[in-house]
Amino acid sequence: MIYRVISKSEFRKFLESLIESNVTIGPVQSDVDRNNDPIYKFQQVHSADEIELDYTISYTAVKNFFLPYREKLSEYTFTDDDWDQTIEYRVHPRVLVGLRPCDINALNILDRIFYKGTYPSPYYISRRKNTFIIGLDHEPLPDCFCSSMNHHTVTEGFDVFCSDIGDSYYLAINSSPAFDFLKKFQVTVPTDEDDKSYIERRKFIKKSFKTNVEIGSLPSFLDIEFDSPIWKKWGDKCLNCGTCAMVCPTCYCYQVEENIAVNLKKASKDMMLYSCTILDFAEVAGGHNFRPKKEDRLKYRYYHHYRGFEENAKEPICVGCNRCGRACLADINPKDVINDLRLDNEERS
Amino acid sequence: MKYLGLGPQKPKVGVFDFTCCEGCELQLANKETTLVDFLSLMEIVNFREISSDKGDDYEIALIEGSISRADEIERLKKIRERAKVLVAIGTCACFGGINSLKNRYPIDEVNREVYGEMPKETLEVKPVKEYVQVDLAIPGCPINKAEVERIIVDVVTKAEIKFPKYPVCVECKQHINTCLFDLGQFCLGPVTQAGCDAVCTSGKMGCLGCRGPFEAPNFEAFFDIAKEKGFSKDYIKERLSFFNAFSEVKDV
Repeated sequence: MIYRVISKSEFRKFLESLIESNVTIGPVQSDVDRNNDPIYKFQQVHSADEIELDYTISYTAVKNFFLPYREKLSEYTFTDDDWDQTIEYRVHPRVLVGLRPCDINALNILDRIFYKGTYPSPYYISRRKNTFIIGLDHEPLPDCFCSSMNHHTVTEGFDVFCSDIGDSYYLAINSSPAFDFLKKFQVTVPTDEDDKSYIERRKFIKKSFKTNVEIGSLPSFLDIEFDSPIWKKWGDKCLNCGTCAMVCPTCYCYQVEENIAVNLKKASKDMMLYSCTILDFAEVAGGHNFRPKKEDRLKYRYYHHYRGFEENAKEPICVGCNRCGRACLADINPKDVINDLRLDNEERS
Repeated sequence: MKYLGLGPQKPKVGVFDFTCCEGCELQLANKETTLVDFLSLMEIVNFREISSDKGDDYEIALIEGSISRADEIERLKKIRERAKVLVAIGTCACFGGINSLKNRYPIDEVNREVYGEMPKETLEVKPVKEYVQVDLAIPGCPINKAEVERIIVDVVTKAEIKFPKYPVCVECKQHINTCLFDLGQFCLGPVTQAGCDAVCTSGKMGCLGCRGPFEAPNFEAFFDIAKEKGFSKDYIKERLSFFNAFSEVKDV
């Protein structure tokens, strides 16, 4: 990692220059909610003016730029007695600006599955390799709990990461393209004063977290609480709508189906991100459903996030962004569910 | 294309309208880029909107519209006798649709309001399934042509016909829409069958549930949430009854 400092006005020139020659995606304000608060989403931008660098949090994660909600995996063309298959996973290089540490950590988790896992996905790898990522720190929202998950800082998975130190950004440069490109701009080697500001900024962010979720020994704890009545309590609230998984930066479960074109001359294999809370998630050929009850489906979402993945990959899959909690109409959120489980456990012991 | 060694089966299709706006039939004739291919998958023997043929030898009968007159019942039953498969298309045929608003008032009053001194013979509005057996229901106001295309491809290739088992929320999130509840609006998306590609909510209009409930709606929790957000019982009931697609819900 190489550290540099860039003034905010120079950083803007850097952004303009990136936007000029690349497809650039950044946080923009898309709506105002009923409490008059702005809603931000990652969208393609055509000028630095559109980017809201001081945005709070994006409404949905940036997952969809790497794992689209729907994607054609391959296309088939039928001839008289034969067929051809076409697979296209090349993408144009692009720039993602303004990712929060938790969002980059979420991509690092997805990397473990789709990049470095047993079955790497060329579709994912192509998108990941061709995306230049600029991270940006932020003051946590009252319900962010990424520090509990140790995802409030990030050390890899980006090209350059910016920490706001007032009139400048303290840059952590993590790739040679980023280093080379930044040479064209006025960047300086951090002074002692800059280092101090950076450390102060990190301290300030760390102590600004208002929500803590106790995740220590959660895997074994979840095992003990497998039959806990709290699953029914939260399951009764669940709408089976799949929203939690859709907005989650790491939920990656998907379904694949084959569709035949109306002209019967072509067909495609299509992927769609799915959710374990949806009724037929665990339905198998012949119609048997392993998880017909909504409380079981909800439970298994928590198990995958905090137990299953942890057992296999030694870390939970949740990054603590609480997007699921914010998006859930029924107010089902990790903090309350996990606290409830702990309370139930304490009462029983 | 052959699937499992079999070529496509080309069914004889008749399309019939009852009490409706014929918008669903129009949908069948829509989506021009694939229209020729779509029509090539079947033999249309009776379809007033696109053909002057008046054949009776259809295997599949597509029924649009609700049933609101005695002569409609008779005609519907005759179609049922002739067809091997009867499909209700659109919200009117599946649930009664907008026409069901009529059922809220005494039938004489309705008749007088519309026809004045020249009353017509008329009945309470009912969905097709109230009178004949319906083998397949394709809801929507109007029906989604892409979904109909998928179904007809399934029919000719003898594949299983499937509908989404999730609500509109999933498709709405795929479009990265802002949840309409966050904008202070009411939306039936969380309890409504997907398949419309969230067309209304993508246009920032709350779902009115034209496709009816999905397979696992949690009405109790949903109504609690809506009431907590300040929507009255009467308001929720009004929205649910817009298309009469939630008649199974007795109270909110």
